[in-house]
Amino acid sequence: MRRKRIISRVFLYMTLVVLTFVFLFPLAWMIVSSFKGDLQIFSDMTSLQAFLPPLPGDVEGHYFQNYIEAFQRVDIMGYIINSLIYTIGIIIFGLLVNSMAGYALARFRFPLVGFWLGLIIATLIIPPESIFLPLYVLVYNLGWVNTFTGLIVPFIANAFAIFLFRQFFMDFPSELEEAAKIDGCSQLGIFFRIIVPLSKPVFATVAIVLFINHWNDFLWPLVVASDESIRTIQIGLQYFMNEEPVRWGQVMAALTVATIPMLLIFTFLQRYYVQGLTHTGSKN
Amino acid sequence: MDSLKKQEEAEVYPKEPKPGRKPKQQRKKGLSAKRREALTGYFFLSPAIILLGIFLLYPMGAAFYYSFTDFYILTPDDRSFIGLDNFMFVFQDPEFIQAFWNTVYFTVIVVPVQLSVALGLALLINRKLKFRVFFRTAFFSPVVMSLVVVSILWTFMYNPSEGLINEMLAMIGIPEQPFLTSPDQAMNSIIAMSVWQGAGFQMMIFLAGLQNIPNHLYEAADIDGASPWQKFVHVTLPGLRNVSLFIFITITIAAFKLLVQPMIMTQGGPLGTTKSLVYHIYEAGFAYRDVGYASAMAVVFTVIVLVITIVQRILVKEERG
Repeated sequence: MRRKRIISRVFLYMTLVVLTFVFLFPLAWMIVSSFKGDLQIFSDMTSLQAFLPPLPGDVEGHYFQNYIEAFQRVDIMGYIINSLIYTIGIIIFGLLVNSMAGYALARFRFPLVGFWLGLIIATLIIPPESIFLPLYVLVYNLGWVNTFTGLIVPFIANAFAIFLFRQFFMDFPSELEEAAKIDGCSQLGIFFRIIVPLSKPVFATVAIVLFINHWNDFLWPLVVASDESIRTIQIGLQYFMNEEPVRWGQVMAALTVATIPMLLIFTFLQRYYVQGLTHTGSKN
Repeated sequence: MDSLKKQEEAEVYPKEPKPGRKPKQQRKKGLSAKRREALTGYFFLSPAIILLGIFLLYPMGAAFYYSFTDFYILTPDDRSFIGLDNFMFVFQDPEFIQAFWNTVYFTVIVVPVQLSVALGLALLINRKLKFRVFFRTAFFSPVVMSLVVVSILWTFMYNPSEGLINEMLAMIGIPEQPFLTSPDQAMNSIIAMSVWQGAGFQMMIFLAGLQNIPNHLYEAADIDGASPWQKFVHVTLPGLRNVSLFIFITITIAAFKLLVQPMIMTQGGPLGTTKSLVYHIYEAGFAYRDVGYASAMAVVFTVIVLVITIVQRILVKEERG
């Protein structure tokens, strides 16, 4: 009996190790290769050396050679800054607009409140991909092509975020607000001085969900921000991938740099993200 | 938007005190408080409603309108109503039909495979383990990379002559595979990568679902002498039903919107075998600038997505009812 248990444990850990390899090897190869010259990338590929960092003696020139050269060839830092302006812009305005809407739907009684809630939830079904063309025509007519306004404004209002905020505020005890009302605090005051400071978790969750979605955005920035000065990192990577001569090590360096912001978010804010996930998973 | 304005006007105008009436008494009865609440409510709600109206509902309507016209981006003023011509052409367009079946194929394979992989990973990890956090992080790590990063990385790995995967296959004696360059393998290669990238995300949701199953159900099953398999079938699976349905619906819709992978890895080739619906719509609209025809396809695409959503909702309701 005991022997059987040990065998099954060994089998379990072997499965886990194999799976870990399957899920991690591309990431490991990407990072490790970003520090190698192209010739070494190819020669290492035939052995496990492909996943090991280069020995100091093997590196031609500087350890960060690929990074330096990639940054010189294209403006990767500029693309990342553009992506940050785009995502953070959406987050700041999105948190304000959507939290207010969620609060209105959760707290106030007014005519048509049910209609607006239903309409907002119904818009969740519309695939964004199917409206990009008329949206582009609209943004073009507004003169917003190749501007941050054109990138950001269409995505400030977000039905999913409104829904998340509403769910959170529904569970929020209303005694505090009533006390503040008696003290003569205005509705705006109540919202910004009492509700917002006490709702950090839901603001964090929505901010992270928005960051992840829009940091990874591809189609909209591709069509609206075609100018190089406003190009986001995801689009920049696609151009860099095909830029002749294709240098594998430099591409891996660019991919690694583009992953760092997401890596930081997940490392430090995973708690809020998983909370948000669990919340959506169980509420739906 | 109009109804919103009317609403606000209706709320504002009666508020003006009319001579000869008793506004003070009205206020005491609380009518004014009610109105003030309505006004404040609309004040909080209107920015979101206005933005959604302009940037979501209006383009929806515009897509519908354009789909009945021969709108061409370079000649925006010269557009005329052409009835159902665009829609007639959609169902005769061989590229659209091919893109439709490619997308269906991708969805039909990805959804069950990704769902099972995610569930399998969650079950493997949901127990007392050494290095549990490490394993969980490892399975989740592909999610951290964007779809663009992953697509570029795997394009290099799938490279037939000097790619990492063929070199690794060679180590265990498997001959060189063409992957993305072959009409037979290209879509399957994209599917494998997509499952690898996405499964960790659903694994996390499954893990949360597993932790919500009350422990006493397992204890009761133990007392009844249930085998591990019986516990899985009679306790775990029913406990995960809501979570599974949620994941099932979201993956299906997401899979149907396939775009980034073929755009970056194959440009829809070889021989159009990886061209997806959204990719085809994008090309018609943004590369060929045929807004009318692209809008017609977008309308058809929206209808397909709606039908999938509604059918799934009905199935879910029936099962629950």
